[in-house]
Amino acid sequence: MNEVFSVTFLVILIFSTIRTATPLIFASLGGMFSERSGVINIALEGLMLSGAFTAAVVTYQLNNPYIGFAAGMIAGGLTAVIYALAVIRFEADQVVAGFAINILMLGFPAVISSRLYDSAGSTQQIDIAYQFPPLSKVFPFLPWPFLNDISLAAVLAFLLVPICWYVLYKTPFGLRLRAVGENPGAADSAGVNVVKLRYLAVILSGVLAAAGGAYLSIGQSSLFTRGMTAGRGFIALAALILGKWKPVPVMFACLFFGLTEALAIQLQGVVKLPSGEDIPVQFIQMIPYVLTIIVLTGFIGMSRAPKALGIAYRKEN
Amino acid sequence: MKIFREVLWPLVAVVAAFMIGGIIVLLIGDNPLTAFYHLIGNSFGSLHDIGYTLFLATPFIFTGLAVAVAFRAGLLNIGAEGQLYVAAFAAAWVGIKFGGTVVNIFGKEENWSWANLPALLLIPMCILAAVVAGGIWGAVPGILKARFGSHEVINTIMLNFVAIALVSYLTQYYYKIPGDPIMQTAEIGQNAQIPRISQYIPGMPDFVPLSVAVLLAIGMCVLVYIFLWKTKWGYELRAVGENPSAAEYGGISPKKQIVIAMTISGALAGMVAIGEVLGYRYRYYDGFSDGWGYLGIAVALLGRNHPLGIFLAAIFFAVLKRGEIFVDIETKYVSKDVVEVLVAVTIIFVASLQRYARR
Repeated sequence: MNEVFSVTFLVILIFSTIRTATPLIFASLGGMFSERSGVINIALEGLMLSGAFTAAVVTYQLNNPYIGFAAGMIAGGLTAVIYALAVIRFEADQVVAGFAINILMLGFPAVISSRLYDSAGSTQQIDIAYQFPPLSKVFPFLPWPFLNDISLAAVLAFLLVPICWYVLYKTPFGLRLRAVGENPGAADSAGVNVVKLRYLAVILSGVLAAAGGAYLSIGQSSLFTRGMTAGRGFIALAALILGKWKPVPVMFACLFFGLTEALAIQLQGVVKLPSGEDIPVQFIQMIPYVLTIIVLTGFIGMSRAPKALGIAYRKEN
Repeated sequence: MKIFREVLWPLVAVVAAFMIGGIIVLLIGDNPLTAFYHLIGNSFGSLHDIGYTLFLATPFIFTGLAVAVAFRAGLLNIGAEGQLYVAAFAAAWVGIKFGGTVVNIFGKEENWSWANLPALLLIPMCILAAVVAGGIWGAVPGILKARFGSHEVINTIMLNFVAIALVSYLTQYYYKIPGDPIMQTAEIGQNAQIPRISQYIPGMPDFVPLSVAVLLAIGMCVLVYIFLWKTKWGYELRAVGENPSAAEYGGISPKKQIVIAMTISGALAGMVAIGEVLGYRYRYYDGFSDGWGYLGIAVALLGRNHPLGIFLAAIFFAVLKRGEIFVDIETKYVSKDVVEVLVAVTIIFVASLQRYARR
């Protein structure tokens, strides 16, 4: 066991955790805006997929990861518009409509990619020169170690945390957003445009979640594969609940889930059972999901959802 | 008038979804009419087409009913997928252990079973195993919700991942025949296999995998209807779904109903194993589900959470599933994934039109 938990192991684990937490932070913070305005966002998974797919296609076509990343975010925003129309304009059940977005983003990218590349499963491989860069490539003049191990996207994700905190707690937009999520009727009578604010919040959540997805396809990997988020949207949602819908705790919750995923990857084939056999990979894969259930069940009492979460708002006349 | 309205809105949603799907097909350079012809034109033409369509509809009927029972109690069971996975494994396990399964490992015979029971005993045992396993897997999030208030949506999603990993582990380490390159268990015993419909209907080819499970599925539609609308238990369950606090005031325990509804829901989802394991593959097969658990939500929604509607919606989804392969082959550019797009858009429309339907 000693050699397992060596310094190298810890260093690798830390960077691995940052890597796995990055898409979760984007998606969780995105979900935070939507849910703080009172709209449940189970569509995070689909929004991430739309960003991942668009970013991979645009980056491959234009050989520019920055434009690709931005395109992914725009696609996420547009996908969120569909969701927002359904749940805000038409008052569709938010969980059901969100789920539909997730199914849509399983099928739609495959339809397009089979037309573009004759492959329903995935997009074309992006050359390493055009993948979303690590810091060492953005700042080649900095002499620091480890810059090769941290993606520019990770920096953006962690920078977003204080920014989101500021927006949520120190700006009029944030104040209105929180008011709308807690008591839309009162916010409305105070002159806040509830519907418009919810649209904005949901679209913003699409943009951010898609950024997380874009990082997955053009940063962490080099192409889009069908359903590549593999449940990360749901884990991000769990992190949002665990983090009590507040930016800084949400970040820590994402780091926690990132750590479980990183551990799962790193323990594979390293830690042995007493009998000397490998721990079956399936048990390692289960860790994040089982932990999510345990943690959410244990902490649910301490976590209070926005009061109007999940309830469509209809102006009284 | 009421029936008309119940049918109208789902139909509007389906038509709208096909219109949007048609635009997508047009944009990628194919003719939507030909594409849709291949998508739905191969489902009822012959006895063997009908057999296939009913075969594909069977799992949708079970998962649609599963989701609907939970829905009626005010719960969203996204966990049907995990529930049917554990159920399928449980059914296969009983079929191996009590079905006299003898496997051939690199030329050496090995007896994996404890007994070789007659079909009359073994088939009900396998079905019971599936129902109990699915029911337990459904009860867990129900209990977590009733006891701790943790949300069933997140928990059922997480339990799906856990179920699939758990069953895959059991298969790989204990019930796969060594040397088999496919992730599947050994075959269940002859006595655990349920008869195919082709035995009874002249003209139905043997290769159509439609089994008597479809009759059970139709029977469950009737049973669920009777349970929900003609029994006291069904009334209590629906009362909680419609207004939990009023139900509690009336002496019904919402917590108890949550657990009951989720258990029944899981058991119904588990019945998918009957057609798939006992009637088709005769083994548990890793990744055997075509997303039936998830699509069950769409089936229930389109069927307005009513057994008759669910039956019709399941047929509709089976038609799409049957057609996807023809679209893929017969059109130049359209891939079978267009079915997922159609399903998703249908759900969005059904959910969005709900409030008009209620008026």
